[in-house]
Amino acid sequence: MSEVLLEVNHLKKYFPVTQGLFGRTTSQVKAVDDISLTLQPGETFGLVGESGSGKSTVGRTILRLTDKTAGEVKFKGVDLHALSPAELRKLRPQMQLIFQDPYSALNPRIRVGDAIGEALLDHGLATKAEARELVLETLTACGLSAYHIDRFPHEFSGGQRQRIGIARALILNPDLIIADEPVSALDVSIQAQIINLFSKLQHSKGLAYLFISHDLSVVEHLCDRIGVMYLGSMVETASRDELFRHPLHPYTKALLSAVPVPIPKLKRERIVLKGDIPSPTNPPSGCKFHTRCPLAVERCKAEIPLFREAGAGHFVACHLV
Amino acid sequence: MKPLLKVENLHTEFRTDEGTVKAVDGISFQVRAGETVCIVGESGCGKSVTAMSMMGLVEEPAGKVTGGAIAFGDDDLLRLGKHELRTIRGHEMAMIFQEPMSSLNPVLKIGEQIMEPLMLHLKLKKKEAAARAVELIRQVGISRPEQIAGSYPHELSGGMLQRIMIAIAVSCSPKLLIADEPTTALDVTIQAQILDMLRTFKESSGMSLLLITHDLGVVAEMADYVIVMYSGKIVEEGEVTALFANPKHPYTQGLLKSKPVMGQRTEELYSIPGQVPDPLDLTPSCYFHDRCEHCMDVCVSREPLLQPLGNGQKAACWLYEEAAIHV
Amino acid sequence: MRVETVLTKASTKRSRERRSSLLGQSLRKLMHNKLAVAGFAVVVFMTLLCFIGPLFSPYTDNKINMAMMNKAPSLKHWLGTDALGRDIMTRVMQAGRISLTVGLASMLLSVFLGALLGAISGYYRGITDQIIMRIADLLMTVPNLPLLFIFGAMLSEWKVPTDYRMYLVMLMLSAVNWPGMARMVRGQMLSLREREFMQAAEVLGLRPRRKLLHHLLPNIVPLLIVMATLNIGGAILSESVLSFFGLGVMPPTPTWGNMIDAANNMIDFQNHPWLWIPPGVSIFATVIAINIFGDGLRDVLDPKQKR
Repeated sequence: MSEVLLEVNHLKKYFPVTQGLFGRTTSQVKAVDDISLTLQPGETFGLVGESGSGKSTVGRTILRLTDKTAGEVKFKGVDLHALSPAELRKLRPQMQLIFQDPYSALNPRIRVGDAIGEALLDHGLATKAEARELVLETLTACGLSAYHIDRFPHEFSGGQRQRIGIARALILNPDLIIADEPVSALDVSIQAQIINLFSKLQHSKGLAYLFISHDLSVVEHLCDRIGVMYLGSMVETASRDELFRHPLHPYTKALLSAVPVPIPKLKRERIVLKGDIPSPTNPPSGCKFHTRCPLAVERCKAEIPLFREAGAGHFVACHLV
Repeated sequence: MKPLLKVENLHTEFRTDEGTVKAVDGISFQVRAGETVCIVGESGCGKSVTAMSMMGLVEEPAGKVTGGAIAFGDDDLLRLGKHELRTIRGHEMAMIFQEPMSSLNPVLKIGEQIMEPLMLHLKLKKKEAAARAVELIRQVGISRPEQIAGSYPHELSGGMLQRIMIAIAVSCSPKLLIADEPTTALDVTIQAQILDMLRTFKESSGMSLLLITHDLGVVAEMADYVIVMYSGKIVEEGEVTALFANPKHPYTQGLLKSKPVMGQRTEELYSIPGQVPDPLDLTPSCYFHDRCEHCMDVCVSREPLLQPLGNGQKAACWLYEEAAIHV
Repeated sequence: MRVETVLTKASTKRSRERRSSLLGQSLRKLMHNKLAVAGFAVVVFMTLLCFIGPLFSPYTDNKINMAMMNKAPSLKHWLGTDALGRDIMTRVMQAGRISLTVGLASMLLSVFLGALLGAISGYYRGITDQIIMRIADLLMTVPNLPLLFIFGAMLSEWKVPTDYRMYLVMLMLSAVNWPGMARMVRGQMLSLREREFMQAAEVLGLRPRRKLLHHLLPNIVPLLIVMATLNIGGAILSESVLSFFGLGVMPPTPTWGNMIDAANNMIDFQNHPWLWIPPGVSIFATVIAINIFGDGLRDVLDPKQKR
């Protein structure tokens, strides 16, 4: 059994909502509310949820792009939120982030080659000549060409920019890549290219991914284990096959049935949920899903369900399971 | 029977600093009464520009509809004056967009915005229009319609706003609803609600739907007839079951294979290599040739025409040219 | 959004193997703007005229010739002579040297001050930002011209030697101009640091110095260039106004402003138009040309600021 790469325990991230002239904190947005997960080296964990579920905030809080409110993030046994800025900076190359929007994630005034290679130089991991070699190598590995090295980001299409973003992360030889909706801004045919690139790189480099997405079909394709989030809480975690074959939580079931499948006239039983996703500023009491749950009973309004093991490695937070 | 909408040889161009882009390059299709036609394609393929051209929303001097005809009922939309177009737009033909927030006026109450077309096109009195607006909000599945009618756009979520947009669009019982990526900005569970609602409306009112989307899943769920666009041209079209079961054009085939399908996991996804060609660099050829695994000499030098292939399907591909001639 | 995707696709067109440069692309776009090119041409013409022209003139700016007072333009004196018989053409060119130098130098100083203070404010935020911005606010609440008048009057009161006055005028102009610059730069910094590519820089673990110098500053340079250009025009105008009121650069050193002041009575104004028309036209043409050129630059370098 290899050691755990990433361990997140009871992570909470509340954003204060301030009001008035003096910025008084009037309420809190519980973007991430008690999330725990672990990631083994080389594994892919998919984090699924709709907008407002806090899945992106989880990724950013793990990487300490924002400070946590409570809980613990351990990367290779090191508590990231306890490090000094200098120590954290030294550790950064080992855990990288890939952004959703390939347009805004690249600095428009920095040439692609410099964008990919600069972290190597800044961390003193390579000399200028070595860095250039590595940049060329990484560009090719990510499906780009050597002559792209001197171009500026605006000269690339969305798919190519996403490749640049991946190359920038990859060149540092990280152990963990957090990918925040990396393909949702891309066209279908380009999406497939990038998804394949993700799997290829994982096989060749032994990377672990925390793959954040709203697209269940993409998550099913890439991930070994999957966690479903709703309004800042994890409602269900299971291995891929288990989750897709035997979903337990009513929300997971509804989510699975809502995904349109490209097979015309397919008769599926669809659970259409009532109403909108409630605001995370003022989440419902008890089980946060009870306002939209087709099976909700009185108990769900009052009592927060425990996140407990319902089968081997299959965790769920629902009173009815 | 005469089709409700008949687009013939439509051309729309945009002028840029570096040259003229033929965003829509000679496409023809029709929509019959009560039918759902889906135009599917990737960004930049011209599917949205097609819809904008039909609604008269291509703005000069940047863009211009340079040729073709759009017959809607007895009118040619491209020959109509501004005023006549306005009476058709929003009344007999309505449109909803991807971003509901930007299509609604932020300083007007929801109710007022629904009442506007009712008073303009159906000549309802203010009181009647207000009552009808509340009724419409109820119909699009929003609870507490009176309260919602009195609120402003920023107070509602994206899903709610898209419902309001649909309420406005169907308020004058249009014969044709054009929906440009109506659910792309929404979450899956909300998307399911909206698609359900569009279907219900269609069935009860008999209106036609022209749905523009990039999502093949949405197409499969909604369409009767599918049009696949690539680089401003139609590469394949056909009845939905036939087209999904037996796609002819290599692009359609690739598109269908490259989308991961839930419950049908494979080790590696098929992916179409390369990317969409530069719209300024196009020469007479099959625009898909450099990404196609069946590329032949003729594909590089001559443009294939859209040919019927039997069973109602059409494709623009040299692979079928031989077959097409002999049919 | 739809149209834009078409347009971005189109603008990605580039020949395959060429090393591209942002400057080159911007210059090419600028060349398409006829008005901006014309503006630039006028600025270059005025500069050359002022700095090289006097070398070919048979007169010097301060040579007094009582026999030639207030003479109308002639072949000998193309633009006539002033009340002391000095050649107006030569003086206009000499004055241009001063006015352009004062404009350019005070611009450089205020851009330097504004960019530095604005960048510090926007990057470090907190208390530093508060202090710098409150000083800027204070300076900006007082209208510029009265402030300059007070400064000018103080200089006169202290009997500052004429030679130094020019430099002090530059300083004065910079002192009132930097707050606007600093505000713009700070705003830009604040919005840039929230951009995703700055988060990316953080994830890569780049040093703060690198983030500031390689990631933030290059994104501010276009804004700076545009602001600086537009600022020269303003500085030339302010200097002219001050000198016109006798509070800026003092005669006998000529500037466009104090030359117009020579025609400050009705008789000279009506009867000797060659006294004030040449410097007036010089100010007008130069400032308009600089502003048109600056607008063109802005359209190219900073398209979001358009309109």
